[in-house]
Amino acid sequence: MELLIKNGFVYDPINGVNGEKMDIATRDGKIVENVNESKALKIDASGMMVMPGGVDIHCHIAGSEVNTGRLLRPEDHFRDFERKTPKTRSGVGYSVPSTFTTGYRYARMGYTTIMNPSMPPLEAKHTHEELNDTPMLDKATYPLLGDWWFVLEYLKDGKIEECARYVAWMMTTTKGYAIKIVNPGGLEAWGSGRNVSSIDDQVPYFGTTSREIIRGLCKVNKLLNLPHTIHVHTNNLGKPGNYLTALDTMKCVEDLASGDKPAIHITHCQFCAFKGSDWRTIKSGAEEIAKYVNNHSHVTLDTGQVIFTDTTTMTADGPFQYGLHELSGNKWVNHDVETETSSGIVPFRYRRKSYVHAIQWSTGLELALLVRDPWKIFMTTDHPNGGPFIYYPRIIAWFMSRKARETTLKKINPRAESRSLLPSTDRELSFYEIAIMTRAGQANALGLKDKGHLGTGADADIAVYNINPETTDPSKKYRTVRRAFENAAYTIKGGKIVAKNGEILRHVKGATMWLDVQVSEPIKITEEMKRRFREYWTVEYENYPVTENYLEVSHPTTIKADV
Amino acid sequence: MINLYPLKEFEFPIIAECINPDIFQDKTREDIEKLKIWEGNRQRKLEELFKVKATKTEDQAEETTITIRGDVSKVRKIGAKMTNGEIVIHGDVGMHLGEEMEGGTITVHGNVGGWAGSMMKGGTIEIHGNVGDYLGAPYRGSSRGMRGGKIIVYGNAGNEAGAYMRKGVIKIYGNTGQFAGLRMHNGTIYVQEDCEGRAGACMTGGKIVVGGFLESVLPTFTIESVKKNVKIEENERVEGPFYLFLGDLTENSKGKLYVLKEKNPHLSHYERLL
Repeated sequence: MELLIKNGFVYDPINGVNGEKMDIATRDGKIVENVNESKALKIDASGMMVMPGGVDIHCHIAGSEVNTGRLLRPEDHFRDFERKTPKTRSGVGYSVPSTFTTGYRYARMGYTTIMNPSMPPLEAKHTHEELNDTPMLDKATYPLLGDWWFVLEYLKDGKIEECARYVAWMMTTTKGYAIKIVNPGGLEAWGSGRNVSSIDDQVPYFGTTSREIIRGLCKVNKLLNLPHTIHVHTNNLGKPGNYLTALDTMKCVEDLASGDKPAIHITHCQFCAFKGSDWRTIKSGAEEIAKYVNNHSHVTLDTGQVIFTDTTTMTADGPFQYGLHELSGNKWVNHDVETETSSGIVPFRYRRKSYVHAIQWSTGLELALLVRDPWKIFMTTDHPNGGPFIYYPRIIAWFMSRKARETTLKKINPRAESRSLLPSTDRELSFYEIAIMTRAGQANALGLKDKGHLGTGADADIAVYNINPETTDPSKKYRTVRRAFENAAYTIKGGKIVAKNGEILRHVKGATMWLDVQVSEPIKITEEMKRRFREYWTVEYENYPVTENYLEVSHPTTIKADV
Repeated sequence: MINLYPLKEFEFPIIAECINPDIFQDKTREDIEKLKIWEGNRQRKLEELFKVKATKTEDQAEETTITIRGDVSKVRKIGAKMTNGEIVIHGDVGMHLGEEMEGGTITVHGNVGGWAGSMMKGGTIEIHGNVGDYLGAPYRGSSRGMRGGKIIVYGNAGNEAGAYMRKGVIKIYGNTGQFAGLRMHNGTIYVQEDCEGRAGACMTGGKIVVGGFLESVLPTFTIESVKKNVKIEENERVEGPFYLFLGDLTENSKGKLYVLKEKNPHLSHYERLL
């Protein structure tokens, strides 16, 4: 099938195209030089913006904790539901939407690729079942490896290569895409009711430290040549004064970076950019973090922007979630995933009039505006922790318009308003920079070669937004911008039009991307390993791996490792 | 005034958010007949399920009055989110009556299903029959209960009446089931007759008055004093004497639970602790 998108203003930052008027042609799901104009299906995009399909580096949309979140929050679905149509299935929203609704809502906004960032390896099958049921999107998931006993044991003994073999095995076994580290060491400590408070604290029993875990896995990542860097949720998340921990975490892998290639991704950075000694004196540490990131090339960030709404927080960070429950008094779930990780869920409402929440809102935006290079910072809400992903267009409006920020600033807690750095920032991002922060940069950081750009050979995942960059001034007409990004004029997935002006036209299945990491000496599944499984896990080894036929549309990438 | 008559005995649940004075206001009979309503999974027009009759009143009152005559026990969400006007129902009504209502009045001469006055913020609901579970309680999982208004029930109420209540008055002149005032924060619940038990579990504030038999008070309540009478609302006091218990101590709070002394001789051993 051929498709021709004519006369759009194309934003393709990876290929350096900045709003030039050109045609984009696709054939059989790939972007090609040209097509036979008389045969191809034509889309008239004159006066519209054409961008690569959106890429989301971090959003919790599938897996056991998301599903537990759904069970925990009937009142969340009650207010927001979608009826079935001849093309789509019914579903519910809001902060933890059902899988099909997740797919449709992303597609309406012009997103085509998303990353599910926390999968306990034990729950890999559940996660992949839900990802199979998330339509319209290509997706991948990151297994949580920072507190896996095997990793801790090998890192304790300094056996990096051995550790790398096990990580490679785990990546292929669970069909994962990147190494996710959550509160390194803290989750293991939480198993015995403790936590770690800095990156140099000892993990009980294993005697290793967070620093060693982060550095160890960073080296492993490099040995295995994984496309993404390590994806780190720092220690002390959500505590006043934790920007120092975030800086320590970035600094500790400084020497492991090679050239300009990033070595670490700090995720939902807003939650670890708090200055101050307690909740009353909390301030934004965005300036310090931005200063560090501006001067170093080995770090990428995503914002984790807070939206003033009712949402559901869910992370693998059990101790943090317990603290949040203590703080808010809301209902909660907490769970220890055997030898691997922990998790927690607490419903939460971000209020404009709350000093802390308003500071958090401001911090997220400050980070995005103060980090000068858009290739280093990406737009997320850490869905659903900062707010549901349906609010991305609102964040784009805040990024692009000082006026939009000021309108919201007027409504927030006055003390937070007076401490916010936003009034002193004049920066307003351009559509080109937005295209980097929402798609190109994210695809680049994830090492997705065929996503996030519109060059020949790329996947034909395209978003067309009904806004004319020549006649619209986003800093004044921020509402127009927001509306345009809420419902893409066309969303094209794999060369097919799947959504048009907010209406889903076609239900398509997306692929699950995973890494087939090939090491020279793969680990042998010995009797000893099976014994460990019997001793440590509640499942037998035979039931553990996710086989390839488990994935409905499997899209492996073969990686040649250095071990 | 608009009169509605159900055309048949309903077999499937009907979601009738449109039966609401705010929506009927300034509409002709023809417009009202065209309003959309869900029967099971089919969308219908109001005229397919109800006969609509408009009667002119002498003084053409500002506020719309809707009268429903007949059995509407399968019809849900009548008067949901209404802010003014009046609904009078002669017959039984289904679930979610007056959900999230903000003003106006609903009067029912019949029985009502569960979740009547759920999450309401203002207005009055008067029920001359029995009412199901979750009277004035929030939707499942939510902790945002009733925030104002008044509910009066002349019959019996089911379980969890006034759960998570924050403000307002609930008066039940019959019996009530278990867990009346579960996790309530503020407001008043008055039960004239018997209360099945576990009244005020996990309450953090507010007032529950039981004028009948209460088998036992939760062990997490402590006796404070004996009161002669209790104020229910402005200009309304109930004569006692009442035992006053404070709790729930598991929540470290001091909600008030009044239990009539006369009907509860088995609680007299608490007096030793005074």
